[in-house]
Amino acid sequence: MVDIRDDLKLIAEMVEPNSRVLDVGCGDGALLDYLSHAKNVDGRGIELSMDGVRQCVAHGLSVIQGDAETDLKDYPAGAFDYVILGQTLQAMRQPRDVLQMMCRIGRRAIVSVPNFGYWRVRLQLMLTGRMPVTEKLGYQWWETPNIHFCTLRDFVVLTEEMGITIEQTRIIDRAGRVTSHAHSGLANLLGEQGVFLLRGNGG
Amino acid sequence: MSAPTSAPQPPLVTPAPDGPAPNDQVMPGKCVRLAVDRPMRLDSGVEIGGFQIAYQTYGTLNADKSNAIMICHALTGDHFVVEKHPVTGKPGWWEMLVGPGKPVDTDRYFVICSNVLGGCLGSTGPKDIDPATGQPYGLSFPVVTIGDMVRAQKLLVEHLGIEKLFCVVGGSMGGMQVLQWAVAYPESVFAAVPIATAARHSAQNIAFHEVGRQAIMADPNWRGGNYLLEGTKPEAGLAVARMAAHITYLSEAALHRKFGRNLQDRKAVTYGFDADFQVESYLRYQGAAFVERFDANSYLYITRAMDYFDLAADAGGTLANAFRPGGKTTPVRFCLASFSSDWLFPTSESRAIVHALNAVAANVSFVEIETDKGHDAFLLDEPEFHQVIHGFLEGCAEHRGLSVRRRAR
Repeated sequence: MVDIRDDLKLIAEMVEPNSRVLDVGCGDGALLDYLSHAKNVDGRGIELSMDGVRQCVAHGLSVIQGDAETDLKDYPAGAFDYVILGQTLQAMRQPRDVLQMMCRIGRRAIVSVPNFGYWRVRLQLMLTGRMPVTEKLGYQWWETPNIHFCTLRDFVVLTEEMGITIEQTRIIDRAGRVTSHAHSGLANLLGEQGVFLLRGNGG
Repeated sequence: MSAPTSAPQPPLVTPAPDGPAPNDQVMPGKCVRLAVDRPMRLDSGVEIGGFQIAYQTYGTLNADKSNAIMICHALTGDHFVVEKHPVTGKPGWWEMLVGPGKPVDTDRYFVICSNVLGGCLGSTGPKDIDPATGQPYGLSFPVVTIGDMVRAQKLLVEHLGIEKLFCVVGGSMGGMQVLQWAVAYPESVFAAVPIATAARHSAQNIAFHEVGRQAIMADPNWRGGNYLLEGTKPEAGLAVARMAAHITYLSEAALHRKFGRNLQDRKAVTYGFDADFQVESYLRYQGAAFVERFDANSYLYITRAMDYFDLAADAGGTLANAFRPGGKTTPVRFCLASFSSDWLFPTSESRAIVHALNAVAANVSFVEIETDKGHDAFLLDEPEFHQVIHGFLEGCAEHRGLSVRRRAR
């Protein structure tokens, strides 16, 4: 079996076998490939980069070239069991709208987000007075595609405001270990990223 | 559709009017008479029975008849996909994609391609003799649509004893037929690959076709469509139609790369209307070569079929409804491909189909291939495109239980 990113492994654990999955921003299709073989899911993907799409389709995955922010609206409500967004929410122009659409077209949504409240990030900003550049978020401020950073607490507050229920939480540290199964002030400090299983108010 | 440009290009020629019609020669390939007992009803309401469909097959049909791939040819294509063309002597038109070890692997799949109804390479069309009059049909041949072409193909597939095609593949007008197959017979198609195509023919494309048709009909040798009876050939008109169409198959960048403003076998312009520029000479060559193998009335009928194509209109105005047979999501797995410099069937047309398929949550893949070769790219050496088709078919074969190779390569 192919080796996949830590947050993708946690996402995969949240997916029931034989379900219908849409992976938004599926990249080279690693998660889709893993899910279709390990969990026999009916997987689809949307990917912005043509290189990613070509790799996916050439490997037999059902992936379209498209932009989540414009193309998710086409799908009917409840079309998938899971709509997955791995490490991409912070790059969206309208993250709230994307979250809303994901919860509409999926019975569940699974989102992984990098935590801007992580202690190393806070420390860098405090000590150097400059925008943090970390191992996982290795961009300078002027080149980063990540235009909407949030802390884990910010994310949780947004889901509350939108009436989205968090059914499962995994907070992971820099080594990819799960440090917490629930959100807390401490998790917001020690977690480098969070993975959330969400259910919309209509689901 | 492209011809090599390095060869010396003869000027526009007009063979003797009593020369043989393109298909008076004995054609290789197979032929079957369909709808003999029960006539087929065309979209126009006319019934047509006992028509002939010329076709060719490559590879071997497996025991449970699950490995058949139907290839649909484009406007001026034919069923000689991977063999020397009987009229032009050129290689098959899709040898890049189809053949042993190619993405559409004839070692593994049973490939079928038929000349469209209304065509001129063996299937019944306007140049054939109307049994009722003993004279060529000419314009009395009924107008056929993409739907009618596919209906005839379905009869052929049934004749071959195949219940469900593994895949239908085609580009341009062939892509329209692929879409029509998937919409009209969703239970008879496992996978569909519409390439460089659209769910409807655009106003601009209808306009180009009209230029071509007017060029043919303005040729005095067309004789109101009765040229076969009167022993003339509207070659000048058909050649102009082909020249105009050929420009739409290329791109500005491709034309510039191939020809620029280079002069043809001369050092300076001649201050006349000879083919000074290479691009002129090339187009004249394309026009002259085309009239050798194509019937002018067939060109009128087939361009018309493309103009009439509009899947959404047939589905109550909403394209997505075409992919929701009986209120359920189409079971067909789709893979669409477009080419970045194709302005005849631009990516936006493919994307519109993808959006409609998404609206019913259908299984769809879509790739735009980066190329400067224009619409013709689907016939040319585009490795990324070929990888995509190969990968898609492999994935589908796995789902269809075709993963065992018939023989090792």
